[in-house]
Amino acid sequence: MRRELTCIVCPIGCSLTVTEKEQGEFEVTGNRCPRGAAYAVEEITAPKRVVTATCRLGPAGACSESESKDPIYQRMRRHGLCDPRRLPVKTSGPCPKEYIDELLNTIYHTQVTPPVQRGAVIIKNWKNLGLDVVAARALD
Amino acid sequence: MKELRYDAVVIGGGAAGMAAALEIDKAGFSCAIVEREDHLGGILMQCIHNGFGLHEFKEELTGPEFAERFAEQVAKSNIAVYLGTTVTDINAQNGPYEKELICASPDHGILKIISKSIVLAMGCRERNRGNVRIPGARPAGVYTAGLAQRLVNIEGYIPGKEVVIIGSGDIGLIMARRMSWVGCHVKAVVEIMPYPSGLTRNIVQCLHDFNIPLYLSCQTTNIFGNDRVEGIEVTPMENGALVPEKAFRIDCDTVLLSVGLVPENELSKDAGVELHPTTNGPIVDASLMTNVEGIFACGNVLHVHDLVDWVAEEARFAGKQAAAWLRGERPLHQVRVKAGSNVRYANPGKLDPSRENKVYLRSMIVKNDAVLELRLDNRVIKTIKKGHIQPSEMITLSVGPKDLEGYTTDSALELALL
Repeated sequence: MRRELTCIVCPIGCSLTVTEKEQGEFEVTGNRCPRGAAYAVEEITAPKRVVTATCRLGPAGACSESESKDPIYQRMRRHGLCDPRRLPVKTSGPCPKEYIDELLNTIYHTQVTPPVQRGAVIIKNWKNLGLDVVAARALD
Repeated sequence: MKELRYDAVVIGGGAAGMAAALEIDKAGFSCAIVEREDHLGGILMQCIHNGFGLHEFKEELTGPEFAERFAEQVAKSNIAVYLGTTVTDINAQNGPYEKELICASPDHGILKIISKSIVLAMGCRERNRGNVRIPGARPAGVYTAGLAQRLVNIEGYIPGKEVVIIGSGDIGLIMARRMSWVGCHVKAVVEIMPYPSGLTRNIVQCLHDFNIPLYLSCQTTNIFGNDRVEGIEVTPMENGALVPEKAFRIDCDTVLLSVGLVPENELSKDAGVELHPTTNGPIVDASLMTNVEGIFACGNVLHVHDLVDWVAEEARFAGKQAAAWLRGERPLHQVRVKAGSNVRYANPGKLDPSRENKVYLRSMIVKNDAVLELRLDNRVIKTIKKGHIQPSEMITLSVGPKDLEGYTTDSALELALL
């Protein structure tokens, strides 16, 4: 069995050819680095992706009490023109593709209340897959 | 009017602006960043996908993580940061060390900053429907991809349900995946060129992963809908001409445009900076200095990059050169750079033969096993194997004193892709 792939590990995007020699034995050509070879084998046996998404931000918001009473601030807030209303998050490692939809659903139903540190664990060891969901920015 | 003085002012607090300012600060000069948004980081803050920083930090980061790492260094430095502050005017007429910037902000009112040097780092903006002249009705539901990205990733709004993306630039591809991940149905990506204009890895992980069809050599010839978009008409092209009998309709309620980026140079023009007709960015010499002495440019305002890592690298260099200029250093000689066959442009436009120079260039063609040829005054001095090349991926090379041996003050280095 032979398959042509484009490596997505880095922006170079090497053209990879994977050949299955025996059951579970693969030969990879076209890669410029060992990560490409590992990616190719993983891609045809158990494909994974790093997932990035956003969580809802909690009621504390990112404004002080005096700011929240300011009519201009309120109008901006209504139109979403002020501080971020979503917290970007990412998985600590690649997630098996078949779990991605369920993981996204979990992330979308998670609410985070600032302050948050970058790298703070938002969801720990999700479904015992050894994956954390961590904050991708700080918010105070 | 409040008046301030700095050795250098950096306009724009994105990746380029922060990287340039850090170098100027490191060299011991007083430096300010003027940023119109309320936070540093620029467009990176809405690019929540990963893949940034592989060259810069040797790891894969999301946009906000990349930006915050730089912002933290800025916070530790002596750089003055003016957030929510817009530069409205640059006046470089009062002599080379008396550049005047007029800025406006809710916190400071109108500010006048007098600076010896300026680094332009304003980035770029998206082409819109008017720029590419897509015919049809004018209903709601047509967005640029970057605007949709901001709505989804920062403000928490999803702009539609059934989406077609026009143009296959990287932001469009990234948004194809984002819209799929937030529960939209992305029905197609329509590209006018015979090849995608985004990075190959984005075609794989953003389109193939979601079975989103990519129509190449296809033009969008109509947008339907009265109040809201109802669909678009796509007409295939053969040999450069439309084939109307093969036109087809795709129903959708939202159209995202990813049809290119243009450096944002209104301020530069104000200051008397000359622009390059191909890059739409300033024409710069070996030290990334524009035709106005003491005004430097870097990042996407100079030319549109594909990777933020190159932006940071280029900006650091611009910062170092601005500091050198402030110390009174000037290049002794410069060699002109010419874009030869199949090269759309090469930046910078001049090289300093006394040191290594990093050159960025864009191909006009898609080719395997391409070769980059360097000719100094019609003499081939070097050929470099480049493997696969395409217009969407920037080509970089280093040119040093060894390569330029035997140059004269009239020398030109021609770069060609064969």
